[in-house]
Amino acid sequence: MDRIPIIKMAEFLLVSIQVDMHDKLALTLQDDLTNQIVKSRARGVLIDISSLEIVDSFIGRMLANIAAMSRVLDAATVVVGMRPAVAITLVELGMSLTGVRTALNVERGMDLLRDALGEPAAVDGAHANAQD
Amino acid sequence: MRTLRTEKLPLASAEDVVAVRQAVRTQAQGLGFSLVDQTKLVTAASEIARNTVLYGGGGIVEIEVLENAPRRGVRLTFEDHGPGIADLAQAMRDGYTTGSGLGLGLGGAKRLVSEFEIRSQPGTGTWVRLARWM
Repeated sequence: MDRIPIIKMAEFLLVSIQVDMHDKLALTLQDDLTNQIVKSRARGVLIDISSLEIVDSFIGRMLANIAAMSRVLDAATVVVGMRPAVAITLVELGMSLTGVRTALNVERGMDLLRDALGEPAAVDGAHANAQD
Repeated sequence: MRTLRTEKLPLASAEDVVAVRQAVRTQAQGLGFSLVDQTKLVTAASEIARNTVLYGGGGIVEIEVLENAPRRGVRLTFEDHGPGIADLAQAMRDGYTTGSGLGLGLGGAKRLVSEFEIRSQPGTGTWVRLARWM
């Protein structure tokens, strides 16, 4: 596998990293996502890392880069599903992922993205309507 | 100290770094390391393995499963014959990098393991040994 698939859902891009990425694959994902944000006019990016068994400084930097680039392109990024052991290790390594928004799971991550766009979160059957 | 298992793996490419991560995880799991301990060791291995490939021009790693009764552990020895590191103290500091990284590799890896030793001579290469015991 030489590419991580990017799924477009309404104004969001969804990525679920399911493989132990080598560095070139991580860089390809970074480039692909940046291009896709522009091409699809996405307003938000959700990256699910719940399958990742480690996040080292390289992958951590990739996540921070994606968040920074999408911010510049007027899209919000949220990283979801980090495993507790990964979080503990990452902080000890010296990376706190400053500037990267995180959420526990995909559902909360989607709520965060909608919040960032000023849309009501899809809970309790809430509907988006045009009143302000 | 008794050697229970040993294997040597090449480190020439980004794919080799992934293979080393997986081999280290398998050995740590086999010894019964906790998930956090496994994750720390594998992450440290990934940092040093990447250095070997990127800065050392490739090399090898020896993975040893050791018993120093009553403790058991995994020890990794990385060796390359690259340009070496002139100032080791500087290279160990967080934030110092000669490449495109964050400079967290060496210092960060050291924090994740129980033992860490590095030797290097400019023009000769770099040797890094780390171990985590349970």
